[in-house]
Amino acid sequence: PTYPKDLQEEGWPPLMYVTFLKESKRAVNSIRSLVEEEDEEDDVEKVSWSGEPVGSISWSVKETESSIRSTGEVRDQSFPKIHTAPSLPKNSSGYSLSSLFKGKAKTGSFQSFSESFGDPSIRNYAPELRKPKSEYKDYVSDWTPEETVKRMQQGKVYSLEKFRSLQDKLLLLDEAVNAHDGNVITAVLIYLKKSLSKEILFRELITREIALRHYIHYLKEIGEQKLLVELFKSMDRTEDMALMQYRDHLNVRDENKKRDFLKNCLSFPFSPDDATHVQDHYTLLERQIIIESSGQADIFKKYPRKASILNMPIITTLYYSCFYHYGESDGTFSSPANIRKTFRISDKQFLLTCLGARAKLKAWFDVDALFTTKNWLGYTKKRSPIGFHRIVDILQKNNAPVQVLQDYVNLVEDVEQKISLAQKYKCHDVIINTYRDLKDRQQLIVYRGKVERGSSEYRKIEEILSNSVRLWGEVSPRLPLLQS
Amino acid sequence: MAHSVRRDAPELPDFSLLKRLARDQLIYLLEQLPGRKDLFIEADLMSPLDRIANVTTLKQHDVDKLYKVEHKPIVSTSDQLCFLIRPRIKTVKWICDVVNADKAFGRFRRYKIIFSPQKFYACENLLEEQGIFGDVTTDEWSFYLLPLDDDIISLELPEFFRDYFLEGDQRWVRTAGSALHLLHSVYGPFSKVYGIGRCSKMAYESWREQVEEGEQRARQAEIGNVFLIDRDVDLVTPLCSQVVYEGLVDDIFRIKCGCVEFCPDVTSSDKSIKVMLNSQDKVFNEIRNEHFSQVFGFLSQKARNLQTAYDKRSGMDIKQMKTFVSEELKGLKQEHRLLSLHIGASESMMKKKTKQDFQELLKTEHSLLEGFEIRECISYIEEHINRQVSMVESMRLLCLLSLTENGLLPKDYRSLKAQFLQSYGIEHLLTFSNLKQLGLLVEQQPGETLTVMESRVGKLVNDKTAGKLTDAFSSLAKKSNFRALGRRLNLVPKSDEEYDLRVPRDMAYIFSGAYIPLSCKLIEQVLERDGWTGLEEVTRMLNGHEFAVTAGSNGSDARVKTDSQRIILVMFLGGCTFSEISALRFLGREKGLKFIVVTTAITNSARLLESMLDNHA
Repeated sequence: PTYPKDLQEEGWPPLMYVTFLKESKRAVNSIRSLVEEEDEEDDVEKVSWSGEPVGSISWSVKETESSIRSTGEVRDQSFPKIHTAPSLPKNSSGYSLSSLFKGKAKTGSFQSFSESFGDPSIRNYAPELRKPKSEYKDYVSDWTPEETVKRMQQGKVYSLEKFRSLQDKLLLLDEAVNAHDGNVITAVLIYLKKSLSKEILFRELITREIALRHYIHYLKEIGEQKLLVELFKSMDRTEDMALMQYRDHLNVRDENKKRDFLKNCLSFPFSPDDATHVQDHYTLLERQIIIESSGQADIFKKYPRKASILNMPIITTLYYSCFYHYGESDGTFSSPANIRKTFRISDKQFLLTCLGARAKLKAWFDVDALFTTKNWLGYTKKRSPIGFHRIVDILQKNNAPVQVLQDYVNLVEDVEQKISLAQKYKCHDVIINTYRDLKDRQQLIVYRGKVERGSSEYRKIEEILSNSVRLWGEVSPRLPLLQS
Repeated sequence: MAHSVRRDAPELPDFSLLKRLARDQLIYLLEQLPGRKDLFIEADLMSPLDRIANVTTLKQHDVDKLYKVEHKPIVSTSDQLCFLIRPRIKTVKWICDVVNADKAFGRFRRYKIIFSPQKFYACENLLEEQGIFGDVTTDEWSFYLLPLDDDIISLELPEFFRDYFLEGDQRWVRTAGSALHLLHSVYGPFSKVYGIGRCSKMAYESWREQVEEGEQRARQAEIGNVFLIDRDVDLVTPLCSQVVYEGLVDDIFRIKCGCVEFCPDVTSSDKSIKVMLNSQDKVFNEIRNEHFSQVFGFLSQKARNLQTAYDKRSGMDIKQMKTFVSEELKGLKQEHRLLSLHIGASESMMKKKTKQDFQELLKTEHSLLEGFEIRECISYIEEHINRQVSMVESMRLLCLLSLTENGLLPKDYRSLKAQFLQSYGIEHLLTFSNLKQLGLLVEQQPGETLTVMESRVGKLVNDKTAGKLTDAFSSLAKKSNFRALGRRLNLVPKSDEEYDLRVPRDMAYIFSGAYIPLSCKLIEQVLERDGWTGLEEVTRMLNGHEFAVTAGSNGSDARVKTDSQRIILVMFLGGCTFSEISALRFLGREKGLKFIVVTTAITNSARLLESMLDNHA
């Protein structure tokens, strides 16, 4: 991708913007005093009930112009009907226009209403639409499914009572689906729910995807959990059924009841992956209930908890354990090692979390131990599954002192990255030693200019520089040296 | 700023009429319940109501006390209660409880529910089931459209996205049709309608039927063309980090109904203030569409000019000073206030973004869009999750990865999902199920690796008889085909080209030159071609449902390039972002067109993803 040049070169925020910003602020501030002297009548704002200023609403509304600008000539402004549903259910009505436009609309060419007037079927249909038959009828029972749906859409009086045979009911439902109006589809479904046994309704919904989704959503909204579960079961949608039931744990407040609820969930037909997660969820809450009631008093006194550990994510629980239960034996449920093993936490994730917790407590010795490995000869070496530059970042964000930081900056492999980190965090020793090892006199001289005159860093550079001629010879080749 | 403006761009219609219509209807409805009454308002109807009326208006029509709907027992002592609500089951249930509690106490009151913008049968059925149908009268306040600015109109229905695209509930289709119908009858007649997406088609049909049901009046059209687009045609764009000023403000501070609350951090005082953000704010109006990096230079120039204007005072005599105070000072003060605000906001945003390593985040996003170094992107996302940084951000990156790569490899999917659940809570199982249902975050089907898929798409694309193979594509229903679309439409410029954000050359500037929003590119292409001809491969990859229709028998006069023909109403079903609006404004300036954006709600990545969460009871 192409970044604005300044972003690439100067990083974020680009220096230029900061300068601009400072300038603008200065200018604005310099005149602020003047502005504030004068009375600020425009600052008096009326506040409405939602706490927002209402004074700004402008009411310069012009009179309705619509009737004035009449052109006198009536154009035919009607638009053609287009094919809408992806899979139209059995269409009982003979006068759908969709077939006319199916082909052409797809190819993307314009299809004007006028062109299609050559077709007699439209001519027959058009007047019928303008004046629905229903207008002439006295008895509601005479309304066809189409008329009924139309009346429902328009908010007119209607009656569903006469749709008694299964066939009529389904015709009505299909007509509602054809009209694309979710409100009417749901209304018809409510009627079918009341007037059909659930087995029959479920059976018919299987082949009617759009109606089915409306039904599911309706049941969700009115909270008919049990019926939903039955619906999913009858359709063999077992995973949906399991998730639907699992979802209910959100409504359980008491932690012991919730734990029992989750335990009950374990037998639900989740997908294999989800089954593992739900098992974890149960185990986690079970652990949290135990952990919540344990812990040494002194550390809680020193670092009071902000919140209970109940219902927190696994990683938060691990962090908590690294914070309050560090050093407990592996067999204890609250120990970091036990949590790590139980929830199969990756090395990287474990390290990140543990590091965060121990650094927060300024337990630098623990931090050190996290990275130290011994080989078979007993030599120690520092290793990390994450780049040491990231470790430095995390330590720095936890306010690690320079003495701690520089140990880790030193472990960064890439020399350039090492120097830039060292400069960022003022680890003088690392910089000086690196330049010394690189035999880079020039950089040392430059750096001498940056440190305080007479400081220990300054003296150290002086010493190296004065010895350098003897040690490195006059012309120093830039050899990358191995680290000590 | 640096844009060349075509001078012949037509004027926008005046939408304040819509506000007046809504207000008049509300007053009429309140008068249907004569006498003093307490009014309960649904929380998310408050801001829209604020934009069209004020407390005085309501008080003038016998509204005594105002309450927010909080789903708790009420304290009102009034004999008449009026509820102004959205047609939601939850709210109606609460009202049933209120009424039935009164009944149990033997207390008599009159109740009225005003549903906005319409009522649903499911709500009325609930009233019936709870035995209060008849005790409560119901009405509809057809407040479909709220103009947020000169060129933005919102339906203020954020739930549209979840209801339609996740739940498959078409309850808002007719609402969208009615909104279109209202615009048509006030600012139409439209002469052409283009669209893409199943919901767009249905909304079009609903609108067309409503036009046929009603009477037609002949009048001079103010808006000639309409473009309807489903949000799921392009889910990538709203998931990208916004970097134009208005979008960034929305991402960080959340603009609500055209109004933003700036925290003390911005105002450099001890209190937050609410500010209207629209074209009335002269400073904002000049920076809203700019890439963030360009905003500082502009603000700094403005600040300097302002200082110069103030400095003029030094050499003035009394008379000149008087003129200065009476003529210029007020404007300068106003400008000063606005300038301080936006400088404060920019500063605060930059601080926030620097803290979250925005540059690295953008780099990852751009790599995903470009399909470059995907393994590195995955590691970045993984670490983001491991560090428990913002849950929504992690989810956003995962979805972007899935959309751009046509799904995740099964092993990546499993591992990232497991880590996500560890970091943010196992109950997000439900979120993953929703994301999968919607196609935002999916697993590649075994045996269908990216390369296989791409070669298949590639083959079909080149095949002249592709029409016969549409069936093969229906199996790709949830595939985003982003890479193939990107190549077809040149959405991702070559990475080695330098992009000058000072003089944007195309709509890609809204994403730092890295990506042209698919939604806006489609609109550009269709307008240019006057239809979908030549875009067959593209529409096939987008699952079809495209249409282009012309009105009337005398349609020939629509060819005449009147002003109304250069005003295009773009309706986003499921929400649009400020970045897309900026891109369309750019396109309008380039082509001498004016775009009016009608959206079910203003959205952004956070709103879109938060609507996928299930972790509340």
